[in-house]
Amino acid sequence: MTGGGVKPWALHLALIAVLLTAQFWLSPYHATNLARIMVLAVFAMGYNLAFGYTGLLSLGHALLLAAGMYAAGLPAQLWGWGAGPAFIAGVAGGGLMAAALGLLALRTAGVSFMIVTLMFAQAGYLTLLYFAPVTGGDDGFAVAAASRRLLGFDLSTDTPRFLAALLIFAAGLLISLALIRSPFGRTMVAMRENEERSRMLGYNPFTVKLAALTISGLYSGAAGAAYALLFGYVGASFATIQYSILPMLYVLLGGAGTTLGPFLGALVMFTLIEVATGLTSAYLFFVGAALVALVLFAPKGILGTIRERWVRWLP
Amino acid sequence: MALEVKGLTAGYGPVTVLHGVDFSASPGRITCLMGRNGVGKSTFLKCLMGLIPVSAGAITLDGTALQSLPAHEVPRHGLAYVPQGRRLFGPLTVAENLAVGGLVRGNDRATLNHVLTLFPRLRERLAQTAQTLSGGEQQMLAIARALCLQPKVLLLDEPTEGLQPSMITLIQEAILSLKGQGVAVVLVEQRVDAVLKLADRVAFMVAGRVEETREIKGMAADDLAFRTYVGV
Repeated sequence: MTGGGVKPWALHLALIAVLLTAQFWLSPYHATNLARIMVLAVFAMGYNLAFGYTGLLSLGHALLLAAGMYAAGLPAQLWGWGAGPAFIAGVAGGGLMAAALGLLALRTAGVSFMIVTLMFAQAGYLTLLYFAPVTGGDDGFAVAAASRRLLGFDLSTDTPRFLAALLIFAAGLLISLALIRSPFGRTMVAMRENEERSRMLGYNPFTVKLAALTISGLYSGAAGAAYALLFGYVGASFATIQYSILPMLYVLLGGAGTTLGPFLGALVMFTLIEVATGLTSAYLFFVGAALVALVLFAPKGILGTIRERWVRWLP
Repeated sequence: MALEVKGLTAGYGPVTVLHGVDFSASPGRITCLMGRNGVGKSTFLKCLMGLIPVSAGAITLDGTALQSLPAHEVPRHGLAYVPQGRRLFGPLTVAENLAVGGLVRGNDRATLNHVLTLFPRLRERLAQTAQTLSGGEQQMLAIARALCLQPKVLLLDEPTEGLQPSMITLIQEAILSLKGQGVAVVLVEQRVDAVLKLADRVAFMVAGRVEETREIKGMAADDLAFRTYVGV
């Protein structure tokens, strides 16, 4: 995981550089889609830290995304907060919600953990519907234009939105690379591999998993807040189970336990759905077919397979 | 005396496996634990590490009571365990396995150098993932990782099982070297020749109890105790 010397850093920086140029050669429509993909990739990176590196199979990450989205969107809506403070509130909202979720759900493990996280996410979704006068319920609400300005830039316009999405994505990507190459990152992997073995080496599994889930929540919160502020919409639909399953699919497709897997998975899945919806209303058929192909030919995901067969240093 | 165990009773749920075990291990000595399959040798080691709850009895290490500590606290008091089957973190490299092993002790370079001096072969494999090592190298890494905790007492559960003779020799030499450095070694071992070569004392377990403890001096391969308790 720490192999490859500077090559992993060079690879990640090269990807960021390529994405930076993409706004010049993509149409505005596709550039906006790419901005959306980068935000969703941040969400998937957070999921990857919990699932891919620590082994926490959660079905409750929609709650963390929504926590970030509402923690950013509501102050903007109710009190006219600017984009900067609202984004920070969103990141904190995701982290705090993950810590609270972890304190309760991490008393379980495996399938039980999955069910408990799903249960809390559903409770969160129903809470958003119950308080519809404030949250906007299923209809949600649009974030006011005044709250979508940062340092004089209007985040609702193409270039600032793209650059803001790229900045958040780049920060998320480089932090995740640094994290998994750190002693704590190795401890997360040790926990995924075997809790009992880790305990024998003096680690408290509960503490390590809680820390990993909280970091995952910070990422999810950042993605939720970014989505609200860059695309101007906050709604309870982001708290549905679909948004708990999507990051899992992105991570599985791209490669669980690889730093670039979440982005690749989000890119491929988003594009697949985009193309399929243009052909048929049964676009989920194509998603299902892609997953069957994945299980048959690359069960470790695209980058997981590439790492296993060809590029051993891929983090 | 480094490790003292008095009247240890423990098991899995309603099934009691250990029935009042008395045992001790001293610094700079190798104490072997022998007995037929299923008498509770591995259960005893897991119990010492806090991985199985103790229902009665006491475990003390240099005067500190360990029996009620959570499992993750036990290694911090100087007890390290190399379980049967090695149990490494396969996707991590040798260097990363060692780093994970030593993190709670601050990963100081002197300990790492000491461990790599004991197992020079690992120094050549630092960047290799643990799952790609040979069986003998994996066992070396498992012991090395435990040593990164700078233990006072090292618990080894059949460390040479299934290894080729050249690897067995290397690992036995390392164990003897640890003894020379003052570590108290508790070794679960089934092979009489290995016990005679390594041990200072041997404790024979029968049905969840230590039935007899003997100094190895004066014992031979055809000793009645081996035939009685191990069946060789």
